[in-house]
Amino acid sequence: MKVIAAMSGGVDSAVAAARAVEAGHEVTGIHLALSRNPASYRSGARGCCTIEDANDARRAADVIGIPFYVWDLSDRFHDDVVEDFMAEYAEGRTPNPCLRCNEKIKFAAVLDRALALGFDAVATGHYAVLKDGADGVELHRSADAAKDQSYVLGVLDQEQLRHSLFPLGDTPKPLVREEAARRGLLVADKPDSHDICFVADGDNAGWLKEKLGDRLPNTEGAIVDEAGLELGRHDGTVGFTIGQRRGLRLGRPAADGKPRFVLDIEPVSGTVTVGPREHLAVSHLSGIKPRWAGSTPSSLDGSVQLRAHGDEHRCRVTVGDTVEIELLDPAYGIAPGQAAVLYDGTRVVGSATIASTRRVPVER
Amino acid sequence: MTAAQTPVVYLDHAATTPMVPAAVEAMTAHLLDVGNASSLHASGRRARRVVEESRETIAQALDCRPGEVVFTSGGTESDNLAIKGVYWSRRTEDPRRVRILATAVEHHAVLDPLHWLETQEGATVELLPVDDAGRLDVDALAEAIGRDPESVALVSVMWANNEVGTLQPVDAVVRLAATHGIPVHTDAVQAVGAVPVSFAASGVDALSLTGHKVGGPYGVGALVCRRELAVTALVHGGGQERDIRSGTIDPPAIAGFATAVELAVKEQATYAARVGALRDRLVSGVLSVVPDAVLNGDPTDRLPNNAHFSFPGCEGDSLLMLLDARGIECSTGSACSAGVPQPSHVLLAMGRSDAQARSSLRFSLGHTSTEADVDALVEAIGPCVERARLASR
Repeated sequence: MKVIAAMSGGVDSAVAAARAVEAGHEVTGIHLALSRNPASYRSGARGCCTIEDANDARRAADVIGIPFYVWDLSDRFHDDVVEDFMAEYAEGRTPNPCLRCNEKIKFAAVLDRALALGFDAVATGHYAVLKDGADGVELHRSADAAKDQSYVLGVLDQEQLRHSLFPLGDTPKPLVREEAARRGLLVADKPDSHDICFVADGDNAGWLKEKLGDRLPNTEGAIVDEAGLELGRHDGTVGFTIGQRRGLRLGRPAADGKPRFVLDIEPVSGTVTVGPREHLAVSHLSGIKPRWAGSTPSSLDGSVQLRAHGDEHRCRVTVGDTVEIELLDPAYGIAPGQAAVLYDGTRVVGSATIASTRRVPVER
Repeated sequence: MTAAQTPVVYLDHAATTPMVPAAVEAMTAHLLDVGNASSLHASGRRARRVVEESRETIAQALDCRPGEVVFTSGGTESDNLAIKGVYWSRRTEDPRRVRILATAVEHHAVLDPLHWLETQEGATVELLPVDDAGRLDVDALAEAIGRDPESVALVSVMWANNEVGTLQPVDAVVRLAATHGIPVHTDAVQAVGAVPVSFAASGVDALSLTGHKVGGPYGVGALVCRRELAVTALVHGGGQERDIRSGTIDPPAIAGFATAVELAVKEQATYAARVGALRDRLVSGVLSVVPDAVLNGDPTDRLPNNAHFSFPGCEGDSLLMLLDARGIECSTGSACSAGVPQPSHVLLAMGRSDAQARSSLRFSLGHTSTEADVDALVEAIGPCVERARLASR
C-alpha cells in the first residue's frame, strides 16, 4: 500500500513509520504544521507545533529513508480544533481537543488529502489495535493499559478506520523506545507529550483568558455553595472545570471541614457552585454527536471511558436521537463537552459528546 | 547513488546549480595548500596570489575594478552587507538619511535586513509596488525619491526576480537615484551568467552575487561595491577585504567561484540561447497539457532559465510532492522558514490572491538541463495536476 505516515517529531510516530516501511508499504512521511505562527503557540520541545519538532520528524524520515514533507493544516486546525476548544470553554463545557484533532484533522483533512493524492492509508503512532471482524475493521484497546490511546481514537468511523494503520499496536512503550534506539532514531529518549499541544505550559485558564479576550462570557463572578451562599469571588468561569478542587481560594472552610469541589459552572451569570465530592457523583449521561466505529448499535451492555487514561465504568446504553448512558459505577467530576467512549470488552463501539449529566440523588 | 534510483529530473537550478567541472578542478587544486592569505611568508603569499588572481578574474568578467570585489560567504551576506553597511555609513554622514527604498518583490535576504533596520535602527523602509508581471513601478520610485531626496539612504532593486524571473529596470532606477547622488544596490544573484551584467555600465554602486548559482561552490560570494561607497562593516576582526569583511579568506572556494563566474559570463550568450529554447519548449509543453495554467512574470523580459506557473485549483505543495515522487524536482518558490509554507510575497505583490499564490510552481533550468528533462516534466504534469486538483477540493 501507499501510506502517509503522520510524523509529529516524537518517538512513537517515528517507530510507527519505520514499521510501516518494514511491513512492505511505500511510505511518505509528513509533518503537520498546525500553528499559523509557531511562536504564538507552545515553544519548547514537547508539543507538535514547534520548528524543533518538524526538524526531529525530518531527521527521523532521513534515518528511515522515506520522503518527507510538511503539510500546512494550520487554517483547518485553527478553525476546527482551536476555535472549537475556545467556544466550548466559553460555554462552560470541557472539550478534549485531541479527539477533535483526530476526528477533523488527522483522520479527515489529512486522510482525505492522502486518498486524493493516491495514497491508501494514514499511519500514526497511536497505541491501539486494529483487527478484522465480522462487521469490518475493529478498533481495540492496546494491551499496555498505561499507554492505551483507543480513547482519543473513539471518534473514528468505519471508513476512517479502514484507511488507518496503527503499527505500534500494543507494543509496550519501553520496547518502542528501545526499538527507536536500535533503529538509530535520535528521538528515542525524547519526553512524551502530555498537555494540549497549542497551550503553552499547560495553563489552560491563562491561555483561554488571553485568546478569548472580548469573547469571554464573564471576567468575574461569585463562588457559591449549594444553598446559594456566596463563599468567594473568581476572575472568570473559564478558569474552572467541573470536579476541580484546587485554586478555588475560598477564605472560609466548609462547615464539615471537607474539601469542596466545583459542582456546576454557569457562564451567563458567572456563578460557580461548589460542594462536597459525593455530590459530584454522576449516574447518567446524555450524549450527542455520536460517532460509531462500525454499524450503529441500538443498545449496549458494556463500559464507558470518560477521559483520556480515565477509569472504565460499567454502563447500559440506549441509542436513539441521543445516546443515553446509565452508569452502573458512578463517575465523579464529569463535565459536559467531555467525550464518552463506549467499549464492548476491549473493542471500541463508538463515542458521544456529553451534553448533560444526572447526579446521584443526594439526601440533604 | 544506487543504480535502482529513478533518474532525477532536476528543475530547480535557481535554488542551486551543480558545480561546473572547471570550478571543481580550480577549487580542489588548492584544498591541500597551506598558507593564510594574510601571512607574510611564501605560503601566505601563494595563498594571497590565488585570491588576488581570482579577484581580477571576477573583475574582468563583471566589468569592475579588482578592488571593488569584496568576498563574502554568499548572496545573503552580500545583501546584508550592502543594506546595513550602506545604511549605517550614509546615516552617519547625514542623520536625515533614514529612508530605504526597495521593491516589494526583493529576496528575503534583502527584505529581512530592511525589516530589521526598521525595527532596530530607526530606518523608514518603503517597499515600492510592482506591476502584474512583477516589474518595479518606476513612477512610484520617482515619486518616493522626489518627495524628499535628502532623506534617502539607499535604493535596492534586484536585477532579476528569483521567483518569477522578471528583469527589473535597473537602468531607470540608477538614472533616478543618480540625480540626487543616492547609492543603488542590486541583488544580481540570479542574473549573473543568465543575462549580460556589467557593473560599470549598469551604474549601480553595489551588486550581490553568489558562487553556487553560477556553477561555483557554496559558501562563497561577493559584494561588488564602488571604492567611493562607504560601507560600514558587519563583521569585525582581522580587517580583511578592505576592512569591510573580516575573517580568514578561503582561497580554494574563491578560486572555484572565480572560475565559475568567468565561465558563466563567457558563455552567457550561448547558455541563454540554449536554455531559453528549452524553457520555451517547457512553457509551451506545459500550456498544451494544462491549458488553464498561467505563466507568471514577464513573458519575454525575463531570465532565460525561469518558468513560473500558477495551476488553478491546485496546491503547489501537493503538485511538488507528486512530481517529486516521479523524480521531478522543482520549487514552490515560497519561504518556508518555520516549516509552514507561506504564500509567496512576490505573487501577492503582483496582485495575485492567496489561493493563486499557493497554486504556483517554479521550474528553473541550468547548464545540465536537457530536452529529456523538459519532456519528462511535460509528460508528468498533466496527471499530477489532475490529482492535485482532487486533493484541493
